Amino acid sequence: MSAVAAPPLALSNEEILRYSRHLILPEVGMDGQLKLKQAKVLLVGTGGLGSPMALYLGAAGVGTIGLVDFDVVDLTNLQRQVIHSTADVGRKKIDSAEESLKAINPNLNIVRHEVALTSDNALDIIREYDIVADGTDNFPTRYLVNDACVLLKKPNAYGSIFRFEGQASVFAMEDGPCYRCLYPEPPPPGLVPSCAEGGVLGILPGVIGLIQATEVVKLILGKGELLKGRLMLYDALNMRFRELKLRKNPECPVCGDHPTVTKLIDYQEFCGIPQQAAAEAKPAAGLQEIEPAEVKAKLDRGDKFVLIDVREPHEYQIAKIPSARLIPLNDVAKRMNELNPGDEIVVHCRSGVRSAKAATLLLQSGFKNVRNMKGGILAWSDKVDPSVPKY
Amino acid sequence: MAKILIPTPLRQFTGGADSIEVAGGTVGEILSTLTTSTHPDLRNNLYTPEGKLRSFVNVYVNDEDIRYLEKDSTAVKDADVISIVPSIAGGR
Repeated sequence: MSAVAAPPLALSNEEILRYSRHLILPEVGMDGQLKLKQAKVLLVGTGGLGSPMALYLGAAGVGTIGLVDFDVVDLTNLQRQVIHSTADVGRKKIDSAEESLKAINPNLNIVRHEVALTSDNALDIIREYDIVADGTDNFPTRYLVNDACVLLKKPNAYGSIFRFEGQASVFAMEDGPCYRCLYPEPPPPGLVPSCAEGGVLGILPGVIGLIQATEVVKLILGKGELLKGRLMLYDALNMRFRELKLRKNPECPVCGDHPTVTKLIDYQEFCGIPQQAAAEAKPAAGLQEIEPAEVKAKLDRGDKFVLIDVREPHEYQIAKIPSARLIPLNDVAKRMNELNPGDEIVVHCRSGVRSAKAATLLLQSGFKNVRNMKGGILAWSDKVDPSVPKY
Repeated sequence: MAKILIPTPLRQFTGGADSIEVAGGTVGEILSTLTTSTHPDLRNNLYTPEGKLRSFVNVYVNDEDIRYLEKDSTAVKDADVISIVPSIAGGR
């Protein structure tokens, strides 16, 4: 059965020619193409996953595409967010995405939602669409999209990525499982790194986003076997697809037999973000910070202290402070015997998060004089030496 | 020996290995050997301090979720593949 009502529309001669490769496919045909034209699909995010989904769904003739994004195009986005181009850096993603889509297919109706999806607006936004495709990049929004789709009975074409690996499924079909059936609870903040921290192969969101887009088209056409009740895993490094069984959990708090989540909740709270923010605002007891400029002054004066870089060796190759000694965070515990607990120590990383962990570890292990360089090598590049590249 | 597939986010704790063979009769025994004797760095990522499998980590024997089999007591044969599948959220 199709997720889209029977279409009363017709195609123009231009559209007939444009979609001719679809029209001559018996599985699509005129009926299918009209369903595509009638369909309303909401893309949450126009980033790595959202870019390929939007481009292909727009080209395929999905009549109404809603875009949710409030972000601005950044140079680091272009390695994978193919809907935006170099000239778009600094522009709103929603503007550049709309422009790219209109250039490919002027027949499209693009609906702009220039907001962050929240518990207050999600139901009103999603209600207007037939299908949702989740291309967000954080756990709170993933649970929010899931719960809103279950409550509104809207299918959710799901995909997520990390480094070389992706997951995809179709959630929130009435007789199928939802995201909470797969993962009842999110990981505590900090335990699973984001793409900004962990990196992502630029091509990966193309593969996963197009699996999502394929499922969206099948949902619209009502053809084929959906990725419902199945979790597709993709490992780009070993070029392997694997499929795992996914069951509807009768005890699921949102789609189970006796749901306890019957309206949208506070997803930041659910994912432990406020506690994390509070913890980050208050550095570990006794942890002192030092400005990059002060570190530079100490180096210039020839002060006796040890500067430790706790990033990974491959990051050290990208950018470094030459006098820093490399001890990756994961090795600090077993290599701290190389250091003297009486020494004056300054630790740094990329942005200051990992080095705060390393400094805390050293202080807990009996080191007395440890300071964390504020803002990491990014701040060093901004405030001390702009010739050091940022990444 | 059953083969355990290690997902990308956890390979930093296995010296980069994407699969590890461990002997044992049940999922519980095998994961316990993996996280105590062969790769103790994995323990904190898979289990809570109370020793419970973390709720954002799923374990499958072949293509079945152990929550719908016998959980930790699920029997494992030599040719079986155990997958550890943590949740990931990236999309941008």
